[in-house]
This record gives sequence, structure tokens and C-alpha cells, in this order.
Amino acid sequence: MPVSNARYALYVLVLFALAAAGFYGVFSAVAYPWNWSGVWEYRAQFAYGWLATMGLSLVAMVVSIAFGFLLMLGRRAAWLPVRMFCGSVVEVVRGSPLLVQLLIGHYIIAQALNIDQPLFTGIILLGCFEGAYLAEIFRGAVESISASQLEAARAVGFSKAQTYRFVIIPQALRRALPGTTGQLVSLIKDSSLLSVIGIEELVQKVKIMNAANFAPLEGYLPLALAYLVVTLPLSHLARRLEGRFAYET
Amino acid sequence: MKLETHAVTKRYGAHAALDGATLTTGGEARVIALLGPSGGGKSTLLRVLGSLLVPDEGHVSIDTRTLPHDEEGALLERRGNGFVFQGYNLFPHLTALQNITLPLREVHGMGEEQATQRALELLHRLGLAGHEYKRPSQLSGGQQQRAAIARALAPKPRLLLLDEPTSALDPVMTGEVLDVIRELAEAGQSIILATHEISFARKVADWVVFLVAGKVQESSTAVDFFTRPQTELARQYLEGLSKYR
Repeated sequence: MPVSNARYALYVLVLFALAAAGFYGVFSAVAYPWNWSGVWEYRAQFAYGWLATMGLSLVAMVVSIAFGFLLMLGRRAAWLPVRMFCGSVVEVVRGSPLLVQLLIGHYIIAQALNIDQPLFTGIILLGCFEGAYLAEIFRGAVESISASQLEAARAVGFSKAQTYRFVIIPQALRRALPGTTGQLVSLIKDSSLLSVIGIEELVQKVKIMNAANFAPLEGYLPLALAYLVVTLPLSHLARRLEGRFAYET
Repeated sequence: MKLETHAVTKRYGAHAALDGATLTTGGEARVIALLGPSGGGKSTLLRVLGSLLVPDEGHVSIDTRTLPHDEEGALLERRGNGFVFQGYNLFPHLTALQNITLPLREVHGMGEEQATQRALELLHRLGLAGHEYKRPSQLSGGQQQRAAIARALAPKPRLLLLDEPTSALDPVMTGEVLDVIRELAEAGQSIILATHEISFARKVADWVVFLVAGKVQESSTAVDFFTRPQTELARQYLEGLSKYR
């Protein structure tokens, strides 16, 4: 049922007030001693870390989408060994912790290949990790395109590549959108693990700040907000795009 | 057009949709109706004749050309044909107009302007003026099927193949679509039509191929088939279908 804008705004206010009250309640119950002064000193570092996180996440998103798309194609390949290889990559990458992948990737594989660029390695590893999830989201979307659509594409004379370009991808895009956005939001959050291979992104900066101030929550709360500032609009944008692509099938 | 198939077999797993189908039509056949009970192989034969499917065994020739069995050759072959399906199968993310212009531009190399002009001309001729910019979901079944016919006709196909084009439509919409098909037949378009609309087939077809269980039971002129069916199966089929109409 459609709800007027005024009522919608009222609901938002009420929910926000309730959340704030709950938040305030638990913190006053434990009488947490706030100390914001030390944190303020580190604002420039915090901003640097935020920009680093967003920048590397953006690049990793591009990597993950490209890698996910290739893996999806590979899982649909005509030649069995290609399907087996891509299927195994997806399962192994999805089934093991990103932390372990980062450590092995950075300290073993990158060393063996003589790559001494943690940022580069980190972005590639993060992109591959999220790409394995995206591959399955993409595959689900592509395989949901009905056989009659594929037959129609053949019937009008499209080649295989044209069928992907004009029939499968435009329709699969809409179906993949919700899952993809969720995964990209995860990617931004997962980028926090890159601190373990020494990349100075937001979490690393906050850890440094906390070590100096002994005021962890004053560091972590802004940290959570700094992620939400990006992830919430991203989810909102995705919902709007879904609306734009909406058509009955 | 003269159609010839020799021992054409197409299997899906253990089931043979076409089981050694052999037929020859007269050289003058222009509107060919594929008749027979459901599951008899009409749709499969139609797809094989249009190179949408390649048979497992046997071969097909149309006039003097033998249809290729390789994917590349079949693609070129079916680019010369137009297909219409029972479920319309328009592309749901495109407007009626784009459904027609996209293949014209991408498959047949037509310019944007020329393709649009051709598409509009067909949509208007098929009674879809005012619906050019609607998506399939905004059109009725009959309108969708006429748009699908327009898409199939746009590149001026040698052969128009229709697979039970009215089976999903109510009687009024069925009438609209059959009118269009009859006009095309009268205008000289070569047509192969799989259908259950037997009285329509009697009016429009000049040749009938009757299929049961993947085998061709009869292949004769429409007049002969409807007035003097040769097999008992065909007699029963005609009787059963004309009982209530």
C-alpha cells in the first residue's frame, strides 16, 4: 500500500529516535567514559584511511566484476576441464577465509612471483575473493533466462556472442543487481582485512589511533559510520536502478 | 517450394521426437501445414525445416539446397528464415519497435533509420499503430503475436515458419492473428505452419504433412488430405478435430 511522504518521514524519525534511545541506554548502563579529544587529533589520518579504503575498494570492485564474469563464462564453457577448473576456483575461494587467502597470497604467492606491492596484491586478492561470489550470482541470473528467450535469439539469427550481448546480459543484469550490490557492500567491509598485509586503509589507521589513545570505541564508532556513509547510499542506488530496469517478464 | 526430408531423426534423451521422418512435397507447395496430434513431432520438424535444430540423422532439402548440419551453416541458413512461436517469445526488455529493429541492424546490417522505417511500416500494416513504444508486457497476447510476426517478417524471409501461433490465444485474438497469416499467404509468402486450427489450415494451406509419433503418415495436397485422407490415423484425427467446430 502506498504511504504518503509525510508519514514515511514520521516513521523514519520514530525508528531513528528508538535506535538512538537504545544506543544511549546501553552506553549509559555501562557508564562508558567517553574521551573524544585524542581521536580528533587523528582526523587527517582518518580521512586518509577512508579515502584509501574507498579507492582500493573501487578498483577491487572492477576487478571482482571482471573476474566474476570470466568465472561465470568458464562455468558455462563447452569444454569440461574449463568448467571443472572454474568450478573449483569458485568453491575453494568461497569456502576458505579471506584472511588465509590474503596471508598466503601476499607472503607466499606474491613473494614467489617477486611482486612487492601489497596494495596491488591486496586489491587483486580482494577482487578475486568477491568475484567468486559474484560468479555464482551472475550464473544464477544468466541461467534464469528461459530457454524460449534463447531460442528466440537463435531464431532472429543472433550468434552466440550477440545472444549474450543483446538478450542474456540485459535481462540477467536486472536479476543479478540485488545480489551484486550486496556483494559490493561486503567488498567494502571486507577490505578492512587488508590491514593484515600492511595496507594503510581505514581500519589500520583506526588501529594506530587506538594504540595511541587507548580509546577504542571512539575510534571504532566513527569507523562504522565511515563505512555506512558509503554502503547505505550504494544500497539505495541499487534499489533505484532495480526500479528503472523493472519490466514484467 | 519443394521440401524433401529423408529419414530425419531427432532425439531428446531416449525419446525420439522425429523418428525417421521422410516426406516429399509437390514443387508448387507454398503454404505447408504440419498437422497431427500433440507430441507427434510437428514443432520439431518445423524447427528442423527452419534450421533452428539440426537433426541427429537424415537430411533435408528445400528446392535444390541441402540444409547444412554444422552450426555455422545452420546460423546462416536460419538468418534467411522468420520464426513465430506459440509463446510469442518477444524480448521483454525491448519495445515492440526495438524487437524488430535490433535484429535488422545487428544481423542484417541495416542502418538505424532504414530499420526503424521498415519496422514502423510492418507494425502499422499489422494493426499495431500506437503500440510501437510499448514493452511486450504492455501488449495483449494477440498484439504480442502480431509484433512477433512483424519481427519475423522484417528481414523479408524466404520462409516464414509458425509454430502453433494461436495456441495461447483466446478466440478473438486467434482470429486477429489468423487474419494476418492469411493475408501473408495470399500475398505470396512461403509459409510452414504447425497448427491445430484445422479449418484455417483447410482454407490457407496448399500442402499438408500429417505427423504421428515422429513419423510422417501422409504428405499430400491439402485438397486430397481433407477430402480423401489415406490413413486411418488421419481419418480419426480429422473426425476428432471437426467434432465441435
